[in-house]
Amino acid sequence: MVRIGAFLVGLFFAGWLLVSFLVGAVAFVSEPPAKTVEHEFHRDPKHVSFSFDGPLGTFDKAQLQRGFQVYKEVCSACHSLKFVAFRDLQAIGYNEAEVKAIAKQWAIKTPDVDPKTGEMSTRDPVPADFFPKPFANNVAAAAANNNAIPPDLSLMAKARHHGSAYVYSLLTGFQNQPAELLKEFPDAKTPQGLHYNPYFPNLNLAMAPPLTADGQVTYGDGTKATVDQMAQDVAAFLTWTAEPKLENRRRAGLATIFFLLIATGLAYMAYQNIWADKKRAI
Amino acid sequence: MAIVEHTESETLSRGDAVRRRDFINIAAVSFAGVGAVAVVVPLIDQMNPSADVLALASTEVDLSAIQPGQAIKTTFRSQPLFVRHLTDKEIAEADKVDVSGLRDPQTLEERTVDGKKQWLVTMGVCTHLGCVPLGAGEGENRGEYGGYFCPCHGSSYDTAARIRKGPAPKNLEVPKFSFTSDTAILVG
Amino acid sequence: MSFPWAEHYTPKHPVMQWIDEKLPLPRLVYNSIGAGYPVPRNLNYFWNFGVLAGLALVIQIVTGVIMAMHYGANTLVAFGTVEQTMRDVNAGWLMRYAHANGASFFFIVVYLHIFRGLFYGSYKAPREMVWLLGLVIFLLMMATAFMGYVLPWGQMSYWGAKVITGLFGAIPVVGEPIQTWLLGGFAPGNASLNRFFSLHFLLPFVIAGVVILHIWALHIPGSSNPTGVDVKGPQDTVPFHPYYTAKDGFGAGVFLILFAILLFFAPNYLGHPDNYIEANPLSTPAHIVPEWYFWPFYAILRAFTVDFFFVPAKLLGVLAMFASILLLFFLPWLDTSPVRSGNYRPTFRKFFWILIIDVLILGYCGGAPAEEPYVMISQVAAAYYFAHFLIILPLIARFEKPLPLPASITESVLNRTNIKGEQDALPGMGADPQPSNAG
Repeated sequence: MVRIGAFLVGLFFAGWLLVSFLVGAVAFVSEPPAKTVEHEFHRDPKHVSFSFDGPLGTFDKAQLQRGFQVYKEVCSACHSLKFVAFRDLQAIGYNEAEVKAIAKQWAIKTPDVDPKTGEMSTRDPVPADFFPKPFANNVAAAAANNNAIPPDLSLMAKARHHGSAYVYSLLTGFQNQPAELLKEFPDAKTPQGLHYNPYFPNLNLAMAPPLTADGQVTYGDGTKATVDQMAQDVAAFLTWTAEPKLENRRRAGLATIFFLLIATGLAYMAYQNIWADKKRAI
Repeated sequence: MAIVEHTESETLSRGDAVRRRDFINIAAVSFAGVGAVAVVVPLIDQMNPSADVLALASTEVDLSAIQPGQAIKTTFRSQPLFVRHLTDKEIAEADKVDVSGLRDPQTLEERTVDGKKQWLVTMGVCTHLGCVPLGAGEGENRGEYGGYFCPCHGSSYDTAARIRKGPAPKNLEVPKFSFTSDTAILVG
Repeated sequence: MSFPWAEHYTPKHPVMQWIDEKLPLPRLVYNSIGAGYPVPRNLNYFWNFGVLAGLALVIQIVTGVIMAMHYGANTLVAFGTVEQTMRDVNAGWLMRYAHANGASFFFIVVYLHIFRGLFYGSYKAPREMVWLLGLVIFLLMMATAFMGYVLPWGQMSYWGAKVITGLFGAIPVVGEPIQTWLLGGFAPGNASLNRFFSLHFLLPFVIAGVVILHIWALHIPGSSNPTGVDVKGPQDTVPFHPYYTAKDGFGAGVFLILFAILLFFAPNYLGHPDNYIEANPLSTPAHIVPEWYFWPFYAILRAFTVDFFFVPAKLLGVLAMFASILLLFFLPWLDTSPVRSGNYRPTFRKFFWILIIDVLILGYCGGAPAEEPYVMISQVAAAYYFAHFLIILPLIARFEKPLPLPASITESVLNRTNIKGEQDALPGMGADPQPSNAG
């Protein structure tokens, strides 16, 4: 009974799948799926090398500080960094006093309740505070940015495939629409208010090119602030904000694996020992 | 352990190989033990206060609005903190006491900052079982020694927040603090 | 338990004797995974995965209980609490990554365990109950993993929850009420998150309970072995401890090394970047995929694109997806060949390897976007999947001529020793289950 029932069920499912396949194949041949502009013109992130590449790479603190400066002077006007606190900056080489000063002088203030009147007000951030958001809420963010909400950047480097390279490519990838694109897809002209960027999934994004000129920020360590350099630095900084424990993780990993290799080697020898007698007994 | 016992009994008759084998088996079991202990460390450590909790481990208090005789309640490490501006009379009362007769002998000087004797900063946590004593708020019962009074089991503290009567064993704890200006302190 | 020559528990220390009289727990352990359980002497490395699955379950429960200590099951804060766990809690990143990758490792190990069972016929009499309970564990694991994936409340969490509960919406008439009942709303929200958290916490302990039944059921006939031949006498078995505890210790070491490599050096490799974006009910990710361990079933779900008269394709897909797992419950009665091990079943073996490749293809297609040619490939692959279990296996059992079986386990071990020489009297390396060594 079971086998007859199974046979019929199997025949039905397999048969209908093959029918579906034939229907799909006929459609595929008779009207092949249209090419899309994203498919043709979207590009994977550029190859760019960072100090934290590879399984043993570490952060370059000077670069993270430069990247933080770019974030502070360029990105922070629109993009929040809500999962990062000022105190976290100690991990990229600022001392306690510097962190305190950075927090106190931060252009955006931390919302709080006025201790005297109880009304909503703001105060200077302290190291324990997270980076205050530039917009009070999503509606305000959308209203100020042509209906596009600037995403939070804390996790950007993990929220995209090849995130570090993606951030770098996006920042350096703004360009005019290629002539071939318009020739092939006349309807795909970048709409007013958007900006063409082949590294962005749907090719047109609301953000205007943020890094436009060499020397847009002035680095304290004397590094020349080319657009390329700034893009790399801020990409490195955002990699750190996304994965601040990267170095701890890799160090712990090396120690763990080293220990496990020895332990497993011993376990193998013990295993062989214990079975040695059985081997002779055969 | 049992692995070791077993191989011992089975291989004793086989001569020199025995010791080496036992050694490897013991080493393998020991390594597993060490590994297990090492794994326990982060499992326990994760219950310690996290970085965001520790970051709030210090509190700044503005003293400018506290008049003599008044006290405020604020929080330090999520627990009540009493900051009291003692009057001259209260200071005199506290100094008058014979310290040697106290349950937890301390002078007011020892419990305050040099030259700022009028500022009494203590935790608002009764040393008996952790209730919040009364006396910091306006009009609250300050107990028979004029300091703080714990309503849970009737511990009375004097104007230097020293235990005078009731079951509490210690004076109210004075946290580490320092003056950042004449009218502000940093606790923690 | 299983064989008369099993060693008996004789506590020496008076304390152990005292405990044994009042509560024979040490005896139970001794008879289950100690020296009191005789096991065929010829098990290969594929028999390591049961113990490893147990280890994976322990890792998941320990790290999971810890994650729960830092988690807030509320849509407003869930994403943030997971992030703060990773950033601020001592070793929190380790717990989170261990839990997320531990789930993947649990499935890897369990899939290999199922693979072992399928190839060596472990599901056949007298071990049907072991197989059925194993499938129950597998179903519970899938439910637990699905609900766990919702908890971080990222984009994939949210849309995964929406799509999977949407499957129930395909059921005629009662579908939509069931969907809203599951979610406690019209879309995944706070109510869904809280109940998923509650059940995600509960189910692993249910799994642990069924694991005990699974092991209990196993101990009645005793473990199977690569030849599939029954144990005939004491010369065919060795005590579980120390022989297989030692082997499992080594296996656990290898497992942990691989786990550590992924956990410490590529913790997000098996995850999806979109889950690092907080859930947004107003924006769907370009490409919704479940976790990799669901891909083969997801491919079957999507393979149905044509309505069957009045039955919509969506419902067919849902039915087929559930059927693809449920049919495994009937396997002991579909494959009636008296020979257990694939080593002695030449025809079965060929189709078995086709099935493995087929499932890998299904997995690949399930992870790919719902575009051609992936849909067409998964249609053919899914057709084979059903045909294999429901049509081909019963037919093979009827027409196949098996190879001669060894007279006993010991004989097969001796033959192998003679053929391969002295160096390997131990069970052969499991990666090669081909019968070259089977005599």
